[in-house]
Amino acid sequence: MLPDPNSLYGPLDPAPDAGYENAPPRMGFFTDTSVCIGCKACEVACKEWNGVPESGLDLLGMSYDNTGALTANSWRHVAFIEQPRPAGHRTPPFAGTPTDGSVSAASAAAAAGTSERTGTDPGVPTGTPSAAARMAGGGPADVLGAIAADPTAAGRGDAGPQFLGMPGAQPPGRGTGVEERTDFRWLMMSDVCKHCTHAACLDVCPTGSLFRTEFGTVVVQEDICNGCGYCISACPYGVIDQRKDDGRAWKCTLCYDRLGAGMTPACAQACPTESIQYGPLDELRERAAARVATLHERGVPEARLYGHDPNDGVGGDGAFFLLLDEPEVYGLPPDPVVTTRDLPKMWKRAGLAALAMAAATVAAFVGGSS
Amino acid sequence: MTPPGPVGDRFRRFRERLAAEGDDRPQVSDERRSTASGTAATSGEELASGAVATSGGDHPNDRGTAASSRRGDLTARRSTEAGGRQGRRGRRRGGGEELRVPEAEFTSYYGRPILKGPVWKWDIAAYLFTGGLAAGSSLLAAGGQLTGRPALRRAGRVTALAAVSASAVFLVKDLGRPARFHHMLRVAKPTSPMSMGTWILTAYGPAAGVAAIAEAAGVLPRHGLLGLAGRALPPIGHAAGLLAAGTAPALATYTGVLLADTAVPSWHEAYPELPVIFAGSALASGAGVGLLAAPPAQAGPARRMAVAGAALELYGAHRVETRLGLLSEPYRLGRPGRLLRAGRLLTAGGVAGALLGRRSRVVGALSGTALLAASVLTRFGIFYGGVASARDPRYTVVPQRERVEARRTGMDLPSDRAVPPAV
Repeated sequence: MLPDPNSLYGPLDPAPDAGYENAPPRMGFFTDTSVCIGCKACEVACKEWNGVPESGLDLLGMSYDNTGALTANSWRHVAFIEQPRPAGHRTPPFAGTPTDGSVSAASAAAAAGTSERTGTDPGVPTGTPSAAARMAGGGPADVLGAIAADPTAAGRGDAGPQFLGMPGAQPPGRGTGVEERTDFRWLMMSDVCKHCTHAACLDVCPTGSLFRTEFGTVVVQEDICNGCGYCISACPYGVIDQRKDDGRAWKCTLCYDRLGAGMTPACAQACPTESIQYGPLDELRERAAARVATLHERGVPEARLYGHDPNDGVGGDGAFFLLLDEPEVYGLPPDPVVTTRDLPKMWKRAGLAALAMAAATVAAFVGGSS
Repeated sequence: MTPPGPVGDRFRRFRERLAAEGDDRPQVSDERRSTASGTAATSGEELASGAVATSGGDHPNDRGTAASSRRGDLTARRSTEAGGRQGRRGRRRGGGEELRVPEAEFTSYYGRPILKGPVWKWDIAAYLFTGGLAAGSSLLAAGGQLTGRPALRRAGRVTALAAVSASAVFLVKDLGRPARFHHMLRVAKPTSPMSMGTWILTAYGPAAGVAAIAEAAGVLPRHGLLGLAGRALPPIGHAAGLLAAGTAPALATYTGVLLADTAVPSWHEAYPELPVIFAGSALASGAGVGLLAAPPAQAGPARRMAVAGAALELYGAHRVETRLGLLSEPYRLGRPGRLLRAGRLLTAGGVAGALLGRRSRVVGALSGTALLAASVLTRFGIFYGGVASARDPRYTVVPQRERVEARRTGMDLPSDRAVPPAV
């Protein structure tokens, strides 16, 4: 059987392409961040079920997030972003509220310098302080334009309550009086392996340790992986990671063992707000589109889907998201592209270079007199 | 839950660092001030910006003007912030080149990298060199073998075996589970350059080994069993040498695909050039072996190989340092920049020495050494340039954001992500 013309890039149903006959429908996650409450039950449930080792007990100084990033020892990661801008619903009670930055650029910058010994490599590396300072003010690409019109939020944060990486015990404004009260919103997102349609990690794995399951997900076989690390640099999302003590690569399996038994993955099972929804991908995409429409109707124009589109750079994600800001705010790449899209061109260039090398050698030996 | 010791320590250090960030930031030495420091701003600038902020909030209709007056304040703050950052960098690395780079605008999650940087250590960069050296040496040896230049043949074959053995050691040593190196032989996957490379090495390594062993024919006794072996070895070595030379170009150039077929921004975008650089670098290092080992009378082909290799290498390196826009930056800054610049100088010097000192054994040997060193430096420069690009979210976010914006404006669609990417 000839491989699908879209095997390397483009819309595709991955399980039949991987050779499964009568594969079950492709399963996945839809993570609706608009209802995430940041409880981290998903992180805990994942560790419990999959026997994932502890990932360090330390404070990163960045908000409630002390996990830092997806690593070999954290297969779910709840991101916390505090933004100096009104929450989605611009209801009358908020109208006259003084708005002010609540995240101090200084503390975000200091938090960027922290890292955690997760026992994995590269684990949670430190960030760039100046880049972190900017997140307090949002980005130039803001959908609402709120920050574009109000670019000093990062700087002005210094005048408001100081954010030391831990939220205060009181609501904003109560301790400081109404004049100093701030308006801000929390963004919380439970990040996970995206189980891409075109999974670069799987494509580049030289041992066949990574494989496509009949559910269209991507799983590492720990008895095969020899820790070459190629998948780690290939992942456009920075998901897969290496455990230092055992040298192998680990990531979310979408609870392959539970799926086989017809059960819901541990994180989705534990999620108390149904922020993490599990099901057949087609159904989830419909549900997500309806949810975005509802949110737009209710006055949350910034709601958008991420990773749902089969025409995107990775052929659509098996785990996609509803976000309330640009993806990079959550630490997601704005336009990931599977690296193997360009692989045929790469091999062609290598072939040409190899020919040039052979020709140069022939010329060097034939061409001269000495 | 959390053990009190390390957490307390870490948090105290965090606060101290915050306090020591500089005078332009509020002093946060006491946690009690966390809620009250709104009134305890530490400088005139802080008070001014606070006042503007309050008035801006009180009069929502005035937001436009308030915002424009604040913009200047922000610019000042950004510049001091950039100064602080450069100061820290300068202290840590002692490199001053970063000062000239304008800060790219992008948002990120606490400034942390999006990608996981390569877990490959220096030994993979070293393998890039030894693999290329083996390939270049085998080509040199085959040329010497076919044109009757025994010095080139012998040096090339011996170097190829040494280099390919070192390559195997580096590659196995870098695995997380070295004992499982043979799992690479389970599959042959064209989508995995590492798998292809494994098979190229599997074909090349034994051939190069046999060719090198055949060189022992000269020292074997003329009679007896060993004498028989001595007579059989040269033709076997001849065939093995040609086989090794046949796979050598693939060995030298697949590593370019190996690096490019990753999400590491500066490697991936350099995919047209990396095989060219590596081919050139391999030729130059092979030529370096020839210049070192052969008398000037036999070294003519090595000199011409050096010229060709240097031309490819310099052309490719120049392209990656200029063509990729923001993604060229990691190849120009810091340690990778220094490595690549030094490599370029040594390449130029080596070629010049090879051409000008064609009658002198000493100059030839020096040129050969320079070419070998240049190859090492170039490989490490390219390797660490990519590593640097993966560690800074700027190189991930900015080009991708540009792509999204270009699509959005170019195709005149609303701010919807459901836009097919341009191929």
